[in-house]
Amino acid sequence: MKENVYFGHIGIGEPVKGEALVADDNFSARYDLDRINGNFSRKSHKLFNQSYVNKILVLNVAKGGVATAWMFRSMKISKICPKALLLNFANPIIAQGAAHANLPLIDRFESDITKIIKSGDIIKLFPKEGKVEILNEKSTN
Amino acid sequence: MKLSHKELEIQSGQFGEVRKLALEHQMQVGKFFDAQSFVEISQVHIMADTEALGLAGIEYLENLAQYPDPQKQVWVPTITDPRGSDFKSFKKIKQNKRFVDLEKRAIDAFKQLNVMMTDTCINYQVFMPPVKGEHLAFGDTGSSIYANSVLGARTNFEGGPSALAASLTGRTPMYGLHIEQNRIPNKFFNFNVRPTNFSDWGALGGIIGKQMNSYWDIPIIYGIDYKPTSDELKHFGAAMASFGSTPMFHIAGVTPEDHLAQNKNPKMNNISLSDLNNFYKSYLPKDDNLDVVVFAAPQLSLNEMRILSELLDGKKIHPKVSLLVCTPSAVKVLCDKNGISKKIENSGGIILEGVCFYNMHAREIGEANGWKRLMSNSAKIINILGGYGYETILNSMEKCVISACQGKIVK
Repeated sequence: MKENVYFGHIGIGEPVKGEALVADDNFSARYDLDRINGNFSRKSHKLFNQSYVNKILVLNVAKGGVATAWMFRSMKISKICPKALLLNFANPIIAQGAAHANLPLIDRFESDITKIIKSGDIIKLFPKEGKVEILNEKSTN
Repeated sequence: MKLSHKELEIQSGQFGEVRKLALEHQMQVGKFFDAQSFVEISQVHIMADTEALGLAGIEYLENLAQYPDPQKQVWVPTITDPRGSDFKSFKKIKQNKRFVDLEKRAIDAFKQLNVMMTDTCINYQVFMPPVKGEHLAFGDTGSSIYANSVLGARTNFEGGPSALAASLTGRTPMYGLHIEQNRIPNKFFNFNVRPTNFSDWGALGGIIGKQMNSYWDIPIIYGIDYKPTSDELKHFGAAMASFGSTPMFHIAGVTPEDHLAQNKNPKMNNISLSDLNNFYKSYLPKDDNLDVVVFAAPQLSLNEMRILSELLDGKKIHPKVSLLVCTPSAVKVLCDKNGISKKIENSGGIILEGVCFYNMHAREIGEANGWKRLMSNSAKIINILGGYGYETILNSMEKCVISACQGKIVK
């Protein structure tokens, strides 16, 4: 395997490149986001107060709430939206929302994706291949 | 995916563009979850409150509504989850009229698709309760987990776009909870504590939900030594689905598919009274300030409305606190008929019908009313509204009523 290339299940959406925002935490658009101001609004979330706009979110699993399925499209049209989503495990709602909004999504990686990618890394997604490439690792120094 | 003759016809556009696009959406989701085929469904429950829809979602519905009836009208009975505005009461809670106007547009569009506006998340208690083995497309985590767990019906969480697609094609991709293999429990819990009220059931659902690693974890619970009521299991499931994205649970000796537990020597997780107490404590604030008490999520059944009305009978809500109750319109009619509404309203409580508080643009309503501290007996709403700028407190219905009347949090 090429270094810095990781595979999950075949995903949804078109190839996209962007900066990762990563946390070992879970995700629901309704529960966790202030969709007007574009940041994480749940105090207990590890990304609390951080902007998700134009970031590739890398999180653990999808959590409750069906509203996300509609919200992604609305968020995309308003341009207050993440660029893409990588999860260890999506649920049907996330997949349905991604399909409806044409938001790139990949899940079910070989190992914990939140431990592989770091916030600030520049990554490229190829959802139809289930492939993620880390282009520019953020310096840890 | 292998398509039937009918599905190939839909795909070819024989039944119009709307159904063709709906099937394509479903195939995209089906492929993501490795579905090999579709399964026909008997009914659809669709979540599409205006907060979730946004203007983009409403315009999407309005666009569908422009097609000729044979192309756009649903093929299977389709009912709705709670709406985002109560046209009779929105002023009482200072809901901005622009949300009400959006709501009217969404309802108009749905009616043109021949969707029945039932506006409830407890459809399984009020309309067309599913039966064991029935395949569905249910679009509320609470209604889905109840249908799978308590009734033995089969549905995945179907978000609005997918539920709508299912109503237009009469089928859904065959994956997840439609397949028996995925309904087998793989997490095992033993209750060393006896829940005594709805909030206990919700808290226990939340405790389990937090321990589920993904949608694919299915818990079974042992140690329940009595037959819980529909309302108790409603709170249990709604909280579990909310905290964990969990689509199904089993309770040994209670739910219809508990026989699917095949592991004879499982690793058991014990849930004790201290676990329950710690869950409540995790939501306790440092002071006793209180702004609003909300009974919702799930909407209250007729019996919950009756219990609440008896607790409020002859009492007055403290002037600095508001008390809101959400129930389906169909239940509200019966509450009016049976004197239940009068008791709640005489105390100063506000009944909101056909809505649920958290999907009414709760952030903006909170800001308009100056509400920050919110108390409820629903573990689900306590969980959700934490992300909406509220400080939330969980307690029993009795303690919530006492607190509302005293104007402060009573533990």
